[in-house]
Amino acid sequence: MTELYEDGNALAGPLGEIFAVDVTVAIQRCAHCGRTGPVAALRVYRHAPGLVARCPGCDGVVLRLVRTPDAAFLDLTGALNLRIPLEA
Amino acid sequence: MTPQGASIGLNGLRQRGLAVAIFTPGFHGRRSTDVQLPPGQYLTEDFPVLSAGPTPRIPLDRWEFVITTETEQQYRWSWDELWALPQDTPTVDIHCVTRWSKLATSWQGVSLDTVLADVETAADFALVHSYGGYTTNVPLEDLLDGKAWIVHQFEGEDLPSEHGGPARMIVPHLYFWKSAKWVRGMQLLLQDEPGFWETAGYHDYGDPWREQRYQGD
Ligand SMILES: [Zn+2]
Repeated sequence: MTELYEDGNALAGPLGEIFAVDVTVAIQRCAHCGRTGPVAALRVYRHAPGLVARCPGCDGVVLRLVRTPDAAFLDLTGALNLRIPLEA
Repeated sequence: MTPQGASIGLNGLRQRGLAVAIFTPGFHGRRSTDVQLPPGQYLTEDFPVLSAGPTPRIPLDRWEFVITTETEQQYRWSWDELWALPQDTPTVDIHCVTRWSKLATSWQGVSLDTVLADVETAADFALVHSYGGYTTNVPLEDLLDGKAWIVHQFEGEDLPSEHGGPARMIVPHLYFWKSAKWVRGMQLLLQDEPGFWETAGYHDYGDPWREQRYQGD
C-alpha cells in the first residue's frame, strides 16, 4: 500500500494565505532529529482533519495547520527554526 | 488492499458524498431526507481513509493494549487475551469532522466496560495512545456504559490497516477523530490532557450533535 502523503509544495496555497513570503522555499530544522531541508521536501498528509507535515528523515511532525471557517491554527513546535531567504 | 479514496481531496469527498445522497436511487430503500444526521454532515457509503502519518505495521505477536493509571499501575492485554474477552458486535453510525457520516457500520471487539471492569482508578480523563504516536483525549465516563469499544473486525473481516487494524477504538457518539486507529493503550488521568488534534485547534470534547468541531464551538 502506498502512503498517503504529498511533498511540501502542497503547503504553498494554505500557508500563502497566512504568510507574505513563500514558506515552501524556507529551510526548516526538524526538532526531533535535527535534520535540515526545504519545507517543500516535507511529507504532507492532507487526507486528515488538518495538514500534517512530517520530516522525511524521522517521520516526526514538523508542522500542523488546521483551517477553521474564520481562523487558522499553525503549530510549528516540530521545527526548531525556519530559514527564510530574503532580498539582500 | 487498496487505499480507496486516497487520491480524493476533501472537496472531492464532499462532491462524492453529495452525489450519493442526492442522486443514488433507492439509497438504503429510503430517501436521504429521511435520515437524521448531525448538523453540517452529509451521508456517504464510502469509508474514506483519513491519515495524519505513515500507517503503522504491528505484528500480532507483539501487539498489546496497555492501560496506565494515575498511580502508574499497568494493565496489559496481548492479542490472544483481547480475543479471549467477551466479544461485542456493535452496529453504529459514525461522524467524521471532515463532514462525512456513515450509517450502520458493524464491528466486532471488546467493550471498554470489559477492559476497565477490574481497573482501579480515581481518574476522570483518558488519553488514548496509538502505535505511530497519535493521541486523543476522552472523558472516562464517555468510554463506559456501552459507549466505546476496542474493535478488530469491520463488516465481518479483519480490520484493514488503513482503517486502524489490527485494532482501533470506536467512540461513535463523538466525532471520529476521537476513535483512535492502531490503538496501543491509554493513560488514565486526574486532569484533562489534550491530544493530537485537540492541541491543533479542534474541540476538546467533539460532540457532533452540538457541532463541536473547533476550539470555541
Ligand atoms: Zn526529523
